Amino acid sequence: MRHIISILLENEAGALSRVAGLFSARGYNIETLTVAPTEDLSLSRLTIVTSGTDEVIEQITKQLNKLVDVIKVVDLSEAAHIERELMLIKVRATGKDREEVKRLADIFRGRIIDVTESTYVIELTGSGSKLDSFIQAIDTGLILETVRTGVSGIGRGDRILKV
Amino acid sequence: MTMTGAEIVIRCLQEEKVEYVFGYPGGSVLHIYDELFKQDKIKHILVRHEQAAVHAADGLARSTGKVGVAMVTSGPGATNAVTGIATAYMDSIPLVVISGQVPTAYIGQDAFQECDTVGITRPCVKHNFLIKDVHDIAATIKKAFYIASTGRPGPVVVDIPKDITAARCAFEYPKTIQMRSYNPVIKGHLGQIRKAVQLLLDAKRPMIYTGGGVILSDAAEQLTKLTRRLGFPICNTLMGLGAYPGNDAQYLGMPGMHGTVEANLAMQHSDVLLAIGARFDDRVIGNPDHFSSLPRKIIHIDIDPSSISKRVRVDVPIVGNVPDVLDEMLKLLDAEQAKPNAAALAEWWKEIEGWRAKQCMKYKHKKNLIMPQYVIEKLYEVTGGNAIVTSDVGQHQMWAAQYYKFDKPRRWLNSGGLGTMGVGLPYAMGAAFANPGKQIACVTGEASIQMCIQELSTAKQFRLPIKIVNLNNRYLGMVRQWQEMFYGSRYSESYMDSLPDFVKLAEAYGHVGIRVERPEDVEAALKKAFVEHKDDLVFIDFLTDQKANVFPMVAAGKGLSEMILAEDL
Ligand SMILES: Cc1cc2nc3c(=O)[nH]c(=O)nc-3n(C[C@H](O)[C@H](O)[C@H](O)COP(=O)(O)OP(=O)(O)OC[C@H]3O[C@@H](n4cnc5c(N)ncnc54)[C@H](O)[C@@H]3O)c2cc1C
Ligand SMILES: Cc1ncc(C[n+]2csc(CCOP(=O)(O)OP(=O)(O)O)c2C)c(N)n1
Ligand SMILES: [Mg+2]
Repeated sequence: MRHIISILLENEAGALSRVAGLFSARGYNIETLTVAPTEDLSLSRLTIVTSGTDEVIEQITKQLNKLVDVIKVVDLSEAAHIERELMLIKVRATGKDREEVKRLADIFRGRIIDVTESTYVIELTGSGSKLDSFIQAIDTGLILETVRTGVSGIGRGDRILKV
Repeated sequence: MTMTGAEIVIRCLQEEKVEYVFGYPGGSVLHIYDELFKQDKIKHILVRHEQAAVHAADGLARSTGKVGVAMVTSGPGATNAVTGIATAYMDSIPLVVISGQVPTAYIGQDAFQECDTVGITRPCVKHNFLIKDVHDIAATIKKAFYIASTGRPGPVVVDIPKDITAARCAFEYPKTIQMRSYNPVIKGHLGQIRKAVQLLLDAKRPMIYTGGGVILSDAAEQLTKLTRRLGFPICNTLMGLGAYPGNDAQYLGMPGMHGTVEANLAMQHSDVLLAIGARFDDRVIGNPDHFSSLPRKIIHIDIDPSSISKRVRVDVPIVGNVPDVLDEMLKLLDAEQAKPNAAALAEWWKEIEGWRAKQCMKYKHKKNLIMPQYVIEKLYEVTGGNAIVTSDVGQHQMWAAQYYKFDKPRRWLNSGGLGTMGVGLPYAMGAAFANPGKQIACVTGEASIQMCIQELSTAKQFRLPIKIVNLNNRYLGMVRQWQEMFYGSRYSESYMDSLPDFVKLAEAYGHVGIRVERPEDVEAALKKAFVEHKDDLVFIDFLTDQKANVFPMVAAGKGLSEMILAEDL
């Protein structure tokens, strides 16, 4: 099962490599990983999308909590949450494809943020699966380049991850 | 008044009441060594190889419960220390290892003797630090000792660039430490403890299984009280030997790959298993599916939540410090005046005594050959069971564990988790420094001892009265045993030709060497070593039966009830 794990950790040199190293050393998989400082600059917020059986996810959370730099760990996917990912995708846009690509971007509520005679750069946000669907919907031959931030997520309503 | 970083490092160690630092100097720690020279509170022990520095610090820690301290230089000093650090990590031993680093401005430039010590050690430390500011030294070292010794203990590496040890600032050692990201749980959850006690009282076939956590938390007393109060059978893992008296009638021996029949069958057939500071290692429970195939309720006390339900599903998890949780259990038992199910327990003991009657540890004597088990039995007699026994890794380790009955904790020092050949002699050194006047025996094999043999020199320098009991079978015996049993007796590279003359070797280092080739000379040689040469290091080279194997044995991947016994072969 896919899980989104949110981590608050000390914003210190090497803290990220402890988390990444833990996943590789123990054979856990990482689908995406994002990290940035929070409003409190001494803290980083990290989001990892991973998958595994309930037992594996339980071990992942316990092992993460054991890292000395980790302050809190939450499995967001355990309850109501919002997930967002940003994708920038550069596509070939010539002839009749120009209209077609624009229409598709509109359907997915993407924005074209760079235009040349032969290319567009489209900005798209949404859940990971929405971005996947966009890539599937577009003619693969047209895709020149994609870059995705990886998923970040937050709990709904009263679910708050804070020190 | 300001001090240099180097002086601050030494002052911090003094504040932590460190008596011994095991180490080896080099360029990047020269400022620190200069400060060591100028004081006399901390004694530095110059080893002959950095691996042994860490092992010796580890041996001191295992035999006392104190934090062991080692110091090494950057680059090769740090990489040589890695095996020692990983060994301590696997067995949860509290250490602080201080390593020198190239000057801050050189980091990342492939400078002379530069290596990414923090990166290399990250997977085998509890935590590590690279200090980048002289102002951070005191707080970081305080944190290092705190992290190493609390919660589930472990090694902490503090990497200090040379320029930081030359920079100056004011010194103040923090009195307390508060870390928002690190707060080990001590008290167990009362509701869970209550549930556990009820399960224990209702059990028909209860079993207590304890490990290194009881030793690490100095809870032998509480454990003994609880076990006697309940009248349940108990076993101690290889890391837990001595937590419960090895000579007591309720004690069934060690469980696991080379455990006793009665311990393994009682583990397997128990209906309630109380696990205390033990981590269901693959060498203990064998095949986890086989182990889980019988219905059984498991109570697990451990300070590290990640040890719980890692390999085996647990019914009543209790996260907490062993002595605190056991005190709570004893209180509940007293308050309720409750008694376990006596009739069921009597039935259960009858079954266990049946298994015990198999006498699985019996071995055959062979004419004119020294049986290794016999040497350990005699070692036990000659030392009155009171020695601190260290061991290396192999068959000799298992025989020492099986035949020396440990009645007290912190008397058995060995590498269980990483299984590091070479620890025996440095462990004995650490133990000898920390326990003056105590008998110290290092049970080893002719292969293992050669992995840190250079320390005979250190032992001479500091006049350490260690007795080396070399069970010399002229084989990588444990490897040979597996090859005999599972590889059609194809002894690929497990025979060691051209062994040194250990007696001469010991003498070359200035020690006493004795060779023993006949069973009738075993006892006299041990007495000579422990009595006549009480204050000397004595290397006793016992030429033992080359074909002796360790039994019982649960082969890899097999279940606990599928033991191979000596008599089966
Ligand atoms: C050749 C060889 C053969 C071996 N054969 C066997 C064998 O037959 N039988 C055997 O038992 N072992 C054997 N071992 C050892 C085995 O590999 C493991 O090292 C050992 O079984 C682990 O012991 P343990 O479960 O007691 O855990 P340890 O490694 O000692 O771990 C201690 C546990 O206690 C917890 N803990 C620490 N402090 C506290 C505290 N204050 N409060 C609560 N909990 C705490 C820790 O979190 C951890 O979970 C063998 C090793 C070798 C090298
Ligand atoms: C550093 C290291 N290398 C290899 C091994 C694998 N190994 C385990 S036991 C053993 C043989 C040990 O031989 P010896 O010290 O003579 O002990 P014996 O088994 O003969 O009693 C080996 C090679 C190990 N545990 N550690
Ligand atoms: Mg041998």
